[in-house]
Amino acid sequence: MIHTTEISKKYGKTEVLNIDALEIPTGQSFGLVGNNGAGKTTYFNILLDLIRPTSGAITNHDIVVSKSEEWKNFTGSFIDESFLIGYLTPEEYFDFIGDLRGMNKADVTKFLGQFDEFFNEEILGKKKYLRDLSKGNQKKVGIVAAMMGNPQVVILDEPFANLDPTTQIRLKKIIKDLAENKEITVLVSSHDLTHVTEVCERIVVLDKGNVVKDIKTSSETLKELESYFSV
Amino acid sequence: MISHFLKLEWKQFFRSSSFGKSIGAKILIGFFAVYFILIFLGLGFGGFFALKEMYPEKDPLVLVNSFLLFAITGDLMFRYLMQKLPVMNIKPMLLLPIKKKTIVNYVLVKSSFSFFNIMSLFFYIPFSVVLIKEGYDTNGVLGWLFLMILLVQCINFLNFLVNKNNIAFGVMIAILLGGFLVQRYEIFNLAGYVGQGFDFIYQNPIYSLVSIIVLAVLYQLNYKQLRSQVYLDEAIATKVKEVNSSDLSWLNRFGDVAPFMKNDLRLITRNKRTKSSFFILIIGLFYGLFFYPQPVYADKEFFYAFIGVFSTGTFLINFGQFIPAWDSGYYNMLMSQNFKYERYLKSKFTLMSASVVILFVLGIPYVYFGWKILVVHFAAAIYNIGVNTHVIMYGGAFNRKKINLDEKAAFNYQGTGAVQWLIGIPLMILPMGIFALLNWLVNFEIAVIVLAGLGLIGLGFHKKLMMAITKKYVASKYKMIHSFKQEN
Repeated sequence: MIHTTEISKKYGKTEVLNIDALEIPTGQSFGLVGNNGAGKTTYFNILLDLIRPTSGAITNHDIVVSKSEEWKNFTGSFIDESFLIGYLTPEEYFDFIGDLRGMNKADVTKFLGQFDEFFNEEILGKKKYLRDLSKGNQKKVGIVAAMMGNPQVVILDEPFANLDPTTQIRLKKIIKDLAENKEITVLVSSHDLTHVTEVCERIVVLDKGNVVKDIKTSSETLKELESYFSV
Repeated sequence: MISHFLKLEWKQFFRSSSFGKSIGAKILIGFFAVYFILIFLGLGFGGFFALKEMYPEKDPLVLVNSFLLFAITGDLMFRYLMQKLPVMNIKPMLLLPIKKKTIVNYVLVKSSFSFFNIMSLFFYIPFSVVLIKEGYDTNGVLGWLFLMILLVQCINFLNFLVNKNNIAFGVMIAILLGGFLVQRYEIFNLAGYVGQGFDFIYQNPIYSLVSIIVLAVLYQLNYKQLRSQVYLDEAIATKVKEVNSSDLSWLNRFGDVAPFMKNDLRLITRNKRTKSSFFILIIGLFYGLFFYPQPVYADKEFFYAFIGVFSTGTFLINFGQFIPAWDSGYYNMLMSQNFKYERYLKSKFTLMSASVVILFVLGIPYVYFGWKILVVHFAAAIYNIGVNTHVIMYGGAFNRKKINLDEKAAFNYQGTGAVQWLIGIPLMILPMGIFALLNWLVNFEIAVIVLAGLGLIGLGFHKKLMMAITKKYVASKYKMIHSFKQEN
């Protein structure tokens, strides 16, 4: 359960985010859409305590994220490539995260085994540093790392961007599988309306920092979103 | 957790993209480090005896103490300019289940072991050893040394507190300059006064423990400040400055090379690496002041040629040696645009020539040291425009190193290869050699005329030379594109 109350973020006089109330129940797959500057990443950043809100607070499973850091134990996330450690190889990076999440080497290997198809033989055993991988491959590493250690909340900022079509389809399957588990809350933001409507049960549209639509996904949703954005 | 951090640190060091790439630059930096260490060691071991010799009636320790204020302020200023907390590295840690407390403590403790802190120990420790050997009170010396070591740490943390504060920097300069002046004119011996404090510690070493409290307080302040800033929009933010788009339309008079010149000027004024080259420009301009006032060089005319080429050509050399690497970030884009290569090079030529003229004009006051100097500088300026510009652009065709514009210039050898070092020889040594030889064989006038004449010949063949250089660039275009794409 992620609980947002009267949250706002201002830089000087410009308000980039203003959400009165937003509740994301446990187990929901939640999609955030909006144009550039709508506040998607800002919302995720506040949720991850990467920036502080000007007012209000977010609680993640009863923990106020800006007060305690306990939420980190059950939250996995990936924002962008700048959060990767560029001078490690993918294997070392996974081992590092695994270590922090209480997994041993065997656990990590077993865990990574599920993603063979997703990695498409481009990640493991390549003897390359993360900084030398392509943007898309870096993204794959970040996304998989976010799912390590059985997190209860998984947050992915624009996971589909920079991925090739095949990988996008595979990622959709991964997210859907994740969302099937009713213990895991998945939060995804995207510019691609088709993808979000496919993987998310609920879609919230942000515009200039405000929630303008809150839709339970149905067969009509894509049309509704397309007509909203085609102004 | 610490072991994790240390492992990462180790890997980061040995896998840093610059590591192992340019061995020459590494060796040079290593050489500097060893050089400074040796100097400090030498001062540490020999300082005592040297001071004893110079001021036999004074106690060397008291003398050192009375200079410590300047050493400390100087150290602080040096750090202010050079040392920053490496906060960017912790960004990836923020998403991981690591307590921010741990991260902040780690960053702070790590800073304790920086090169800046270790350096001065190379002086204090041997100096203390000598003191003890010379029969100073062991406890007193150890207390003094303890204070020094902790003081260095205090300076370390004090620097991070005041680092973004220009007023603090002003205060430091004021102390350094004011302290020096009042002492010089014997108004008030500020440094000596502070020095008595250090003498007191030597006599009562137990009081050196006070520094622990000071250090603890400074550490705590640092911790509080950093802990409240471990956010993406605070310490870890990449600063975005509001920019003024500049109207450079006055450059339009240069015709079809104007677009490139505008771009070059913006490149120079808007990037860290190029901006810090301005300091080098100032050093270059005043370079002559190191030599001309000294009577030793007054009659060494061949030396005028060297300084003339250097001080009118600082920009030429600094900027020119990295043509076309300055544009390496978007070289592909340039190459796919509709323009003649010659125009691109011509704009660089115009810019460099203009800089030579400007630097020459700014250097006219050197005439104070004798009209001969001005004449030689004039000839050197012509030589720079006529010969060196072409040479350096030709050398650029062999340039294969990418440059990252966002990094500062001092001690930055990115983009330097063997060519950059070799090219210095014809640029500086050759004109000096020619001048010296003729000045010795014939006379001063002929030497000046030949130097200027070479420049004029270069200018006369400008079109031909440019064509040859352009050809060379076109021939190595694909190699350049390929190598500029390599991150180094």
